Amino acid sequence: MQEFLNWLKTPGLTHFLIVSGILFSLGVFAVLTRRNAIMVLMGIELILNAANINFIAFSRYSTGTLDGQVIAIFVIILAAAEAAIALAIVLNIYQNFNTVNVDEFNRLRD
Amino acid sequence: MSQETLLTLSVVILFLPLLSFVLLIFFNKRLPKQGDWLGTGIAFVALALAIVVFFTKLTQFPNETIQASAEWVSFGNVPGIGQLTLDLGIMLDNMAAVMLVVVMLVSSLVHLFSIGYMHGDVRYGRYFSYLGIFTFSMLGIVITNNFWMMYVFWELVGLSSYLLIGHWFEKKSASDASKKAFIVNRVGDIGFFTGIMILYATFHTFSFDSIFGTMQSGTIPFGSETWLTAAGILIFCGAIGKSAQFPLHVWLPDAMEGPTPVSALIHAATMVAAGVYMVARTFAMMTGDALMFIAYIGAITAFIAATIAIAQNDIKKVLAYSTVSQLGYMVMGLGVGAYSAGFFHLTTHAMFKAGLFLGSGSVIHAMHHALHHAGDHHTDPQDIRNMGGLKSKMPVTYWTFLIYTLAISGVPLTSGFLSKDEILAGSLAYGSLTGHYLIPIIGFFVAGLTAFYMFRLLILTFWGEHKDHHRLEAIHESPRTMTIPLIVFAVLSFFAFYSFNPFGATDGWFMNAVPRPVSSVPATTAAAGIEEFNEALHYSHTSAMLLSLLVAGTGILVAFATYYWKKISADNIATTLAPVHKFFLNKWYFDELYQATFVKGTDGIAAAYRWFDEKIIDGIVNGTARWTKAVTLGTKNNWEEGNIGAIIYLVVSGVISIYAGWVTGNAIWPEEITVLLAIWNGLIALGVAGLTFFLFYVGVGGFDNRIVDGMVNLTAYAAGFFGLLTRKVQTGKVQTYIAWVLLGVMVFFLWFR
Repeated sequence: MQEFLNWLKTPGLTHFLIVSGILFSLGVFAVLTRRNAIMVLMGIELILNAANINFIAFSRYSTGTLDGQVIAIFVIILAAAEAAIALAIVLNIYQNFNTVNVDEFNRLRD
Repeated sequence: MSQETLLTLSVVILFLPLLSFVLLIFFNKRLPKQGDWLGTGIAFVALALAIVVFFTKLTQFPNETIQASAEWVSFGNVPGIGQLTLDLGIMLDNMAAVMLVVVMLVSSLVHLFSIGYMHGDVRYGRYFSYLGIFTFSMLGIVITNNFWMMYVFWELVGLSSYLLIGHWFEKKSASDASKKAFIVNRVGDIGFFTGIMILYATFHTFSFDSIFGTMQSGTIPFGSETWLTAAGILIFCGAIGKSAQFPLHVWLPDAMEGPTPVSALIHAATMVAAGVYMVARTFAMMTGDALMFIAYIGAITAFIAATIAIAQNDIKKVLAYSTVSQLGYMVMGLGVGAYSAGFFHLTTHAMFKAGLFLGSGSVIHAMHHALHHAGDHHTDPQDIRNMGGLKSKMPVTYWTFLIYTLAISGVPLTSGFLSKDEILAGSLAYGSLTGHYLIPIIGFFVAGLTAFYMFRLLILTFWGEHKDHHRLEAIHESPRTMTIPLIVFAVLSFFAFYSFNPFGATDGWFMNAVPRPVSSVPATTAAAGIEEFNEALHYSHTSAMLLSLLVAGTGILVAFATYYWKKISADNIATTLAPVHKFFLNKWYFDELYQATFVKGTDGIAAAYRWFDEKIIDGIVNGTARWTKAVTLGTKNNWEEGNIGAIIYLVVSGVISIYAGWVTGNAIWPEEITVLLAIWNGLIALGVAGLTFFLFYVGVGGFDNRIVDGMVNLTAYAAGFFGLLTRKVQTGKVQTYIAWVLLGVMVFFLWFR
């Protein structure tokens, strides 16, 4: 137990990865379970941010350069762009189907 | 007028009738009166030109032979033959000039006569167009200067005679007669063609002049006199067919089925004359033996036809056989060397025979109308036994007919007397030169027969009493378009047109204009030369004339005694000599003989060929088809159908299968063998054989159906199966897909741990 507390007190790479893993799982859970498309998009944001944490953590604990941060900034930019486009799509879907429930967008199936 | 102009005019004359044919065959329905005036008009224009050419030729160039030729097709150096070119050429000598006038005269008057005779016919316009092409073909023969063109026009004559004889083709007898004429002519033409080929093989040219010229300098076919004689006789075979000589004379009497003016045309100028004209053209290449053959054929023909003619009752049949007989005379004249006389008789005969036929046409026309008027459809309008007493009703026809009859019987002051006398004198001279006295004997005998049967015809038709008084009342003279030609021919049957001496044509212009050509054959094989012949002719002339007068007089006297004064009963003689009479009446049974031999023989050969075709050829074809069927469909179905091809195929496939098994067994046979291995290898070999046999058994089609299609179907089935299987996963819910992706990623992580 003490050992665990000690490990908890001295943060290292593993801590970051655990946080990132929790964040990723929450994101995936949101993507898979939420019916609302907006919620799905928010889940995706969580997943992306989990990836950002990973990038930065690995960068910090391996070479110590700023590469991870740069990639993270890229990802944030891309995430912003993605969110804009995705929200536009959702808006259009809402205008056409009068709903944002992802279960009902199954036209492609047939 | 220059020579070129003459040739140009000749070509114009040649093509005018063709123009008439082309115009009438296409436009006769659109022209007023179906274009009869057009055809007749063109014929008369051509006649006028022919007379111009004739006079110019005989007055300005009496001794020249005007020729022109141009290369038509050059085949280059043909392997096995050498240089082969076909030349178009025309030749105008005195004989051709005379023939131009004769042909055009008869043709144009026949045109004129036909306007009346054919009035209201179903194919009136077409009839006139056929007359045009008939005339064209004959003119082509007349003015050509080479063999191949002559042969072409020769066949055209055959074709046009076929068309005209079969003019009323709805009648079975007419269509049969036209076919008979054509086929019998073909028999002779084969000989003609072979003869031309023999000449061509040696001389490599078709031109008359070149062939005779080369022959003159000593070249003869294959260096053999026999070949030369054979060539002569074979070429004469063409004349046997066209000029209706024994044994191919059978078509001419049947040709009476055509319209009567056509008979006049055929018998006088356009068809039968072609044969005689051709013999005259090729006279220079005939050896003594060939000429003797020709003379005998002519004599036999003259005799047979004359004997048949005395027993016939159909007015046109009598005339037909008299034509055959007179043609025999002409051919005999040419054969014995009386060249000019033979051609002279052709010309004079053309006039009075055309007249006789047109006269008989006039009579038949009148009889037909009278019978039609009386509503009688059973009495034959052509049977002379139904006639008699027509003299008073048809004066023009009667008087002209009388003149023709006198001419053909050889009574002095007529043209027929001159020409026949010359031929008889020639045959007598031939007899004295060669000892073949049979020819003049036949000649004189036939002269008597001719006089007899012609006067029999005249008396029975025009004199005596008509059986039916009412019918006689209904008979009228024919219209003027029909009587004018009769008068023209009657006038031309007088001696003065041919020689001013009524008892000898030797000094007349005609005999001098057409002298006998110098023979081109080697002296050893040639017949008696011109001087020798003329000397013999000189001695025989007077006796021939007296004899011919005597026999002709006797013939006429007997005819009068039998049919006019009734001193001799014809019926009694016919009963006493029943077999002979029957023999003559049935035309020596030639038709029956040919029917039994050639026609039946041909039928037999045809039946044999048919059997061969149906059983053997068709069997091979069908067998191939069945074999293919077996190959494609396999043997299974075909075996049940009893398909021979399938059975053969089955046997072959069995053999191949066993061979395949054997080869496989050998290939896998190890050096050391155990029982188990032997069984195992045997099974593999059997399997290969079985598989091979199975492939054969199902056939190519079976292979396709079962194996190829099977694989294709299997692919499709598999695709469908997996499609159905994976379809269930495709829910259309994005989140499910993502769950699957996640699962997949996790699997990958686990896998590549």
